[in-house]
Formats: sequence, C-alpha cells, structure tokens
Amino acid sequence: MMKPVFMTYTKNDLINLAVCMVLSVLVIPSFITTEYWYTSILIPWLCLALATIGQQIVMGYTGQLALGAAGFMAAGAFAMFNLILRVPDLGFVGSLIVSGLIAAAFGILFGLPSLKVRGIYLMVATLASQFFIIWMIDKFGWFKNYDSSGIITAQDIVILGKPFTTPLAMYFVCLAVTTVLTLLAMNMARGSTGRNWMAVRDMDIAAESMGVSLLRTKVQAFAISAFYCGVAGALFAFCYLKSLEPVAFDIKLSFKILFMCILGGLGTINGAFIGAAFILLFPVLLNAIGNNVFHGAIDATIISSIEQVIFGGLMIIFMIYEPLGMAKLWENIKQKWKTKFPTMNIKNLTSSIGKKS
Amino acid sequence: MAIERKFKIGKPILEVKNISLSFGGVKAITDTSFDVLEHEVRAIIGPNGAGKSSMLNCINGIYKPQQGTVSFKGKEIPNITPNLMAQMGLSRTFQNLALFKRMSVLDNILVGRKLHTKTNFLEVAFQLPKVKKEEKINRERSEEIISFLEIEDIKDTPVGKLPYGLQKKVELGRALATDSSVILLDEPMAGMNVEEKRDMCRFILKVNDELGTTMVLIEHDMGVVMDISDRVVVLDYGKVIGDGTPDEVRSNQKVIDAYLGVEH
Repeated sequence: MMKPVFMTYTKNDLINLAVCMVLSVLVIPSFITTEYWYTSILIPWLCLALATIGQQIVMGYTGQLALGAAGFMAAGAFAMFNLILRVPDLGFVGSLIVSGLIAAAFGILFGLPSLKVRGIYLMVATLASQFFIIWMIDKFGWFKNYDSSGIITAQDIVILGKPFTTPLAMYFVCLAVTTVLTLLAMNMARGSTGRNWMAVRDMDIAAESMGVSLLRTKVQAFAISAFYCGVAGALFAFCYLKSLEPVAFDIKLSFKILFMCILGGLGTINGAFIGAAFILLFPVLLNAIGNNVFHGAIDATIISSIEQVIFGGLMIIFMIYEPLGMAKLWENIKQKWKTKFPTMNIKNLTSSIGKKS
Repeated sequence: MAIERKFKIGKPILEVKNISLSFGGVKAITDTSFDVLEHEVRAIIGPNGAGKSSMLNCINGIYKPQQGTVSFKGKEIPNITPNLMAQMGLSRTFQNLALFKRMSVLDNILVGRKLHTKTNFLEVAFQLPKVKKEEKINRERSEEIISFLEIEDIKDTPVGKLPYGLQKKVELGRALATDSSVILLDEPMAGMNVEEKRDMCRFILKVNDELGTTMVLIEHDMGVVMDISDRVVVLDYGKVIGDGTPDEVRSNQKVIDAYLGVEH
C-alpha cells in the first residue's frame, strides 16, 4: 500500500486528480462548445455523481439498504429555493450549505429506523422519506411560494455579485462543488470515520464490542449521505432542471441513483462517477445507434424499452460476477495491463532505455 | 511454574454472580457464579451446549441474563451493553469469527483503536493536524500489534481472503488493539491444527506475560487448557461442576463423569 503524501491522498491519487482537473477545467471547455453537452450531460453527471456518493456512504460504506436519495435531493432543492427567496443575505454558497444541512436533518429523522430494522425491511422504511418529503412539498404551498402553476423557476445563480448563468459557468459551479465534496468524502472514507462505517457494514456486533456506537455511526452516515444528496439536489435543480417541481424527484430518480451506486461499485468513491456516467450516457449511445445505424427504423419507445432491459440485465450480471461493480472492473483491467506490459511503468521504461544505451 | 511473573495475580477484576439465562423454556445457564483475578489466564471449559459462549455473551452484554449480576473492576454493572463494556476495558473475540471481511488486516486492527480515537467526522473530513497526529499514534500501535503477532506480510490483505488460522490471529490482534485490561477469547483455537494451536497458545501467554492482560478463554482441547491456564471453571448443562487449578479440576470426579460419561 502506498503512503499518503497529502491528507489521505497517495501520489497516484494526486496524479489522477491533476489529470481530471486538467481535463475538466482546460480540455473540456476548449474542445466542447455545444451547449447540449453541458446542459444535458456534464452538469447532470456531476450532480448525480454527487448524489451517488451520498448513496455510497449510506449503502456502500455503512451497508444500510436505503432508498430515498431523491427525497433528500428534493429537500435540498426546495430548501435552496426558499433560502435564496427568503434569506438572500446567505448568498449562493451559504444557501447551498444550509440546504444540505436541512436535508441532513431529514436524513437523521429517516435514518433512525435503521437501528431496529435491516436489509430489505429498512429499504421499505426509508421509502417513507421519499414519499413524505415529496408529499410535504406538494401539500404546503409555502414551500413553493404559493405558486399556482406548481412549477417554479429556480433563481439565477449569483456568487459574490457575479452571475453564473451560461451553461459553461454553471458547469464550473457544479465542478467546484463536486470536487470539494468528493475530496472530503475520500478523507472520511479513508479515515477513522470510514473505518467505523465499514465495521458496522461488515459485522455490527463486533463493531459494537470494539466500542463503535451503532446509533451514532448509522445516524451519522444517514446525515452525511442526506447532506450530499441535498447539495446535489440543489445543484440539480438550479443548474440542470432550472425549474422546480416535486415530480422531478420521484422514486424513479432514487432508483436511478441506486443503480449508479451498484453498477459503479459499492463502497467506492470513483465508482459513483463511473456509474453515473454509464447510466447517463448509455441511453444517449443507444439513441445514437438507433439514429445512425438503423436510421430511425427502430421506434424511440422500443429503444427506451431496450435500455431498461439492458440495465436490468447488467444489474443481474454485476451482482453475480462482480459485486464490486465497474470500479473494480477498471482496477482489474489496469492490473492486467501492468502485468502484461510491465514496461508501461515509467520507472521500468527509463531503466530499460538506460540499459540499451 | 518456576518463572517469576512480571504481573502478579491480584484481586478479582471480573465477578459473575448467580447468573441465570434462558431462551424461552430452554435454560442455558443456571445460577452460575465465578470470578476472574487480575492478570490471570482463566479458562471456561465444558462439553458442547454447556453454556460457555452464552456465559461470555452475558459478560460482554450481548445477552441479558434474567437473573444475576456482573461486576467489573469492583463495580456492579446494571445495564450491560457491548459498547459500555468496551469502554470500561473489556474486549473479546468471537466463536465464529466476527471480522470485518472486506477490510484489510491493518484496518481491522485499526477499528480496535476506536476508543482511542477522539476526533469527529468533520475533523476527519478536513484532515486537521490533530487527526493526523491521532491517526499516526493509532497506526503505530496497530503496526506494533501486527509485528507482535507476526502477521506483517498480510497486513494489506482483505481479511475475508485469509485462511481460518490467520483470521483467528487477526481477531486476537483487534482485541489487543483496544488496550483492554480483560480479553474474552471464545474458542481461539477451534478448528486449528496442532502447530497453529501451539502458536496461538504462545501468543496468549505472551500477551498475558508482557502486557499483563487478563485472559478469559473458552476451549475444547483439554490438553491445551490445562497447559496454559492458571484456573479453570467447568460448566455442564449451564451449571458449574468444577472450579480451581488445572490439577484440582483434573481430579474432580464430576468433571471426569461429564467428560468421559458415567455408567448408569
């Protein structure tokens, strides 16, 4: 195992981070100019990846089968709308943090059943959060500022007096928030906090006998998870949807996030990004194949059905053959490359060159 | 034993008084009392189903006995929970291995350092200097335990991939990492071959000798028990049928009957 050089990050992590940052800050903005890529793919990808990290914390790391990520996202989104509307002094970043905290409060409330029920029963119990939050927003007009249409428009993003309204600017907002929160999540996951989560996941009685409090650990995981979902929901509403309606955060979105979590790889942070990218891009790819290869001969409804079938099939295949998901698959591929082409390693490359000359 | 002990056997540190435990109509333990002295190696033996593991689970707070009390370090503890006992300085291992399977050996042992970790999740998220300091101390202590148990070469392996004997060692390591004054070992040598058993005995005695940790262990193998323990308590059908030094227990007629059977 490599030693961390900064915080909990190893040299490899920092190199990966640098590569990602160069790609996302320099390469993508200078090569991708079509708005479609920002508004329909990159922004929702970052937002949903962030929500998936939230799901990972509670499900992948702490092992609590929860299904209500979209509910917490709705809580975050509507909290954000009301905070900007009613407490304008908070500013965008302040409101974002507070809406995350409000979602976290809901997380604590709906995480409490995890102390008594587990597994599939907990999943049913956490469904309550999904339906309760959406119902609450629908029922009380105050949350929607008594808007009669039921659909309200999200306010423009203004940070330190500067408007962030172009797709590119909003992409950068999402990127900044996601990067910071991802790095913090990695610190938690690799530190003592993450060890407590995983101990509860792998063997709760033993964890308790080591002095890990089940109550505190589970509720903490639910709160942090809901915080991530809440922030993701606020970004999702303000940068992607641009309009707020509770229906956008229905159970289907919760399932989508669950799939991203499982396909990406339970208990991995990078899996959240891989899973989100796959679930978002796969329908785009299928559509492109439908249009370009079959020239529209296949009906769009059939394509979306095929999509469902393939997702379902993949879930089953991954559950059986690679429960650790695409992140693990990626690790395996890298490992194979290294053993097959040992010279690819820079150290070996330079030493072999040195030998020849 | 002629060798002088660094930690002399002292006063009772753990006392079990009149414990009765039943599951529905099945009586697991009936009115059982015994004590454990500081720094000693105390064995609980008995045939299958004698209530040995149930006894440990009562001491550790996983089971709540219907009657009786457990006193630890001179205090009677009314509402025992595993967490409370851990905080008071009592750690344990489990009969069927209760390791964190997907975590590495080092991480498993680091979880044992939980009670020596005071920083909260926000401090961990931002990796404040005190988190790094604490983590460094905990890692050093864990590495010490790993080299003490001679498992350096597997410290980054996920525990689930290790053979049984090594997993038992890791579990002992995790219990040691808590720096508890008493460790309960639930069948530390079950399913091991002779060599592994000898190894495990060596570690138990080494811990007891060098750290002064009081060891309470359950074991089936009579030979092993008689060799390493200072005192033995024998349970049969949830009752104490013998208590004393290995020699006393060995010559106890009731114990002989329970183990070898009696002619009726």
